[in-house]
Amino acid sequence: MKSVNLAGSLTNVMSATGHDMKFPKFSAPTLLLLPAIVVLAAVIVLPLLFSLYSSFTPFRLTKPESIWVFIGFRNYVSVLTNIEFWTAFGRTVLLLTVALNAEMFLGLGLAMLVNKATHGQRLLRTLMMFPMMFSPVLVGFQFKFLFNDNIGFVNNALQSLGLTTNAIPWLIDGNLALFSIIVAEVWSSTAVFAILILAGLLAMPQEPVEAARVDGCTPWQTFRYVTWPYLMPFAFIAMTIRSLDVARAYDIVKIMTDGGPAKRTELLWTLVGRTAYSDARMGLANAMAYISILLSILFTVYFFRKLAAARQQIGAEW
Amino acid sequence: MAPVTLKKLVKSYGNVDVVHGIDLEVKDREFIALVGPSGCGKSTTLRMIAGLEDISGGIIEIGGKPVNDLPPRARNISMVFQSYALYPHMTVRENMGFSLKIGKVAQSEIDTRVNEAAAILDLEKYMDRRPSQLSGGQRQRVAMGRAIVRKPDVFLFDEPLSNLDAKLRTQVRTEIKRLHAKVQSTMIYVTHDQVEAMTLSDRIVIMRDGHIEQVGTPEEVFRRPATRFVAGFIGSPPMNLNEATVADGKLVFAGGQSLPLPIEFRNKVAAGDKLIFGLRPDDIYPTGHGLNSGEATDVHEMELPVAITEPLGNETLLFVTMAQREWVSRMLNPRPMGAGEMVRFSFDLSQAHLFSPETGKTLRG
Ligand SMILES: Nc1ncnc2c1ncn2[C@@H]1O[C@H](COP(=O)(O)OP(=O)(O)OP(=O)(O)O)[C@@H](O)[C@H]1O
Ligand SMILES: [Mg+2]
Repeated sequence: MKSVNLAGSLTNVMSATGHDMKFPKFSAPTLLLLPAIVVLAAVIVLPLLFSLYSSFTPFRLTKPESIWVFIGFRNYVSVLTNIEFWTAFGRTVLLLTVALNAEMFLGLGLAMLVNKATHGQRLLRTLMMFPMMFSPVLVGFQFKFLFNDNIGFVNNALQSLGLTTNAIPWLIDGNLALFSIIVAEVWSSTAVFAILILAGLLAMPQEPVEAARVDGCTPWQTFRYVTWPYLMPFAFIAMTIRSLDVARAYDIVKIMTDGGPAKRTELLWTLVGRTAYSDARMGLANAMAYISILLSILFTVYFFRKLAAARQQIGAEW
Repeated sequence: MAPVTLKKLVKSYGNVDVVHGIDLEVKDREFIALVGPSGCGKSTTLRMIAGLEDISGGIIEIGGKPVNDLPPRARNISMVFQSYALYPHMTVRENMGFSLKIGKVAQSEIDTRVNEAAAILDLEKYMDRRPSQLSGGQRQRVAMGRAIVRKPDVFLFDEPLSNLDAKLRTQVRTEIKRLHAKVQSTMIYVTHDQVEAMTLSDRIVIMRDGHIEQVGTPEEVFRRPATRFVAGFIGSPPMNLNEATVADGKLVFAGGQSLPLPIEFRNKVAAGDKLIFGLRPDDIYPTGHGLNSGEATDVHEMELPVAITEPLGNETLLFVTMAQREWVSRMLNPRPMGAGEMVRFSFDLSQAHLFSPETGKTLRG
């Protein structure tokens, strides 16, 4: 009896205070989501706002008080007029284009080969994914070693085979260095394309292919007009994933060349990293980062559009 | 001119033979139906003719020339698949014109032929839709249109109607018949629906376990089944088939009931022979309710109890108990009849069949 009374009076008190103090009344769903919202705000929204704010200040890690100086768009102006930034931007786009295309062709080839395999397909599929299981940092170290001009495997092999007599400066020549980075990127991530395209191949109905053969198509025409349109959505999914990946490429480059030689392999995010931590110009770096993110968003939107169009084309029900 | 000839055609998967050396001659412009139970090798045979399946042995000739080593595209055939197999990313128009485009036919010619086919198949309203925006029947018609525009030497159909509802099936069946009359190509049509086979084809090929049981006109396979299997497979409801033993001019069934030995077979069997006796439901009828076939020269009458009746309107199926078995009888111009009633039945023995129980072959000479 006593406890019932107690509970009763408690609710009375609570409702009374609720009314009297004019507490804002949240609906139950909002109330339940509140903890999550608070945590997200603390770890994502606040830092984001802070970084956005700092991109409008000359904030330097070495001079904490500089955070309070508001300089408007000056950081953005200096980034956008900075030739070094645009070079890195262009180089990133170049890397993206070359690496993604190479990965798509290799991935497509790999997927079609594995799809043709009659025995041990499971094993091949697993083997195919191996490169993805290594940390990019390790991949960077490995390729740095492979491409080393003195002790590297690549030069050793080329020289032993008599294909060249002098050591090729893979990571020392600017163009070759970018090429080497692309090779490492492609090696580590072709599997993304291969797996998604293989999924497409496995899910693909065989009848349209047979119909095409009867309709007079050569194997190439069958691929071009029937198989490829069907695989396109899968390739675009891989493109979207990989474009985000490559646009923020950092680790492999950091390890293999650190943006060198003479900044010839400087990419957007190695530049951002250098500006932020080596030069300690956090405000400027944040401005760069915000502009770079735009690049990623643009690519994503572009590929999503393509994906939607391709999906509609094949009348996909997913 | 494209007759199709199969000579000792064999297909094996690994060491399992699924087609065991079949011989068949399809004449130019003939409509041939391949029928048989599921898994008997109809599709496999058709796909070998199309070139979609390797030939393990024997020869296929189209238009008198062996095509064993020719890819499908060099055989000038069209195939309509059970699952339609339309190109999902192309419109109806593109689907139908695709083979011509690949064949580098002029665009004006493509348009003419596609529009012509669309008119035949009543598809004009849907020409700019994608397959996913069509109903099953419309997709089926597109698949047929795609086959027509090529003007192939040979049409191959693999159960093209099995995904359609009953009404549409009848409609498209008529369409196919009309098409054959119009395009005058050789057609090979796989189905396991005997009604389709009977209504459409010039000749029917009945297959079983990778063998051909019989080849003949619909009339022949219905009236003169070469084997017990064909007798049971063709005709609906199926032929009554029961074991019997020959004893002095009679066929004695289990339980001792008997029928006179059909006149036609009197000097083909000897006393003591064990046989399979077959008689179609149409040839067992309550006296006065059968077809006056005129051939009914060998009729035997008998009083039997009716177990179940199935009225169908213009006819009633009666299940009659004789010799411990149920026999199906078809009553035309039906009169109301209750279960358990004793009815006088006529057995038209001139239409009877006798098969050897060992080989399954007919004893008719
Ligand atoms: N790839 C294959 N490997 C092994 N056996 C196969 C293969 N394809 C078909 N078969 C076998 O070959 C036989 C004939 O198959 P087929 O598809 O020709 O039958 P069908 O007469 O068309 O039957 P349905 O009416 O069910 O379509 C079947 O017993 C099937 O199990
Ligand atoms: Mg089949």
